[in-house]
Amino acid sequence: MKLTGNKTCKAISEALWQSNPISKQILGICSALAVTVQLKTAIVMSLALTFVVAFSNLIISLIRHQIPRNIRIIAQVAIIATLVIIADEFLKAFMYDISKQLSVFVGLIITNCIVMGRAETYAIANPPMRSFADGLANGIGYGSILCGVAFFRELLGAGKLFGRQVVPDVFYEAGYQNMGLMLLAPGAFIIIGLFVWLEHSLLKDK
Amino acid sequence: MENLLSIFVNSALIGNILLAYFLGMCSYLSVSKNLQTSLGLGLAVTFVMTITTPVNWLVYHYLLAPGALAWARLPDTDLSFLKLVLFIATIAGMVQVVEMVIDRYSQALYNGLGVFLPLITVNCAILGASLFMVERRYDFWETAVYGFGSGLGWLLAIVAMSTVMQKLRYADVPAGLHGFGIRMIVTGLMAMAFMLFSGITL
Repeated sequence: MKLTGNKTCKAISEALWQSNPISKQILGICSALAVTVQLKTAIVMSLALTFVVAFSNLIISLIRHQIPRNIRIIAQVAIIATLVIIADEFLKAFMYDISKQLSVFVGLIITNCIVMGRAETYAIANPPMRSFADGLANGIGYGSILCGVAFFRELLGAGKLFGRQVVPDVFYEAGYQNMGLMLLAPGAFIIIGLFVWLEHSLLKDK
Repeated sequence: MENLLSIFVNSALIGNILLAYFLGMCSYLSVSKNLQTSLGLGLAVTFVMTITTPVNWLVYHYLLAPGALAWARLPDTDLSFLKLVLFIATIAGMVQVVEMVIDRYSQALYNGLGVFLPLITVNCAILGASLFMVERRYDFWETAVYGFGSGLGWLLAIVAMSTVMQKLRYADVPAGLHGFGIRMIVTGLMAMAFMLFSGITL
């Protein structure tokens, strides 16, 4: 492919597939699982995280020559915290119901290892536009897993997608039942375990 | 008293901060290979959480909450949007202080916990406990018990996990599940086991 030499494209494809932040680097699942009971909350959470990681990468990369090396962690935390507060206040103002459901988990983006990890390993050493793309791709990579888990949890656990029933009534009359386990914490752990299994097996075949 | 006991049981077992709220997973997954290390990290987390959660309660209720600045003649100020930044700062600061105090007074404890203390600042379970404490409107003593209970619950989960991982070395795990995959599934099974505690009523 012509684009393989392009560093931006390389960073994006790596973040989305070869080294997806959740399934390959085991980063950032802390807050990832609690919001996956419904697809809607998972999508909002992914958007919030993508916003924070993309802009923190951009800002940190813009001022990377000005940040003294030994206080860089504090500077990064301050930038990330500011962005998280903006995201949190935005959700409270425009999507109050969802922000109630997400409760403390938007705030916990601050301690999400993906954001810190990208700032520390990528943004600090790369130019702004490429860092921004890297942040965007990492956010989307994280979001893809999150929405995947949420899709199965909501479908199997409640028979719904985006709050609308998709399993037809005929199924329920024939004896089909929702799987209550999926709505509880263990369901999330097991689904993500199976996701990783699938991905490992697919990558090995290549 | 009964109320405090119920908060304790709830935070340590039923609503375990790791197995029911998924907090502190990063360090949980990367450290839990060796019993000694997990025990050290678990103790350090319990220790720091027991201190920082009540301290953050004071910070929130005397500086940030709506009307909290009444003592400074600013009754209309609401700084609660600053809680994320200030909580992180408190945690980082407290970890530093705790590290220095331990270093000064108990060399043995410092050698045991020292390595883990800096790691704790970024442990989401600690910030999570502080944020939950605000959301659930605990009073001071409830907060103290909640912080201690959550830390203990985290310790319990990471120690149990490390012993399971040791046994699992001799198990025949499917190739694709090696490493991360099997850990998530074991954690899932453990979370199911912890859910049995929800039958406890006090």
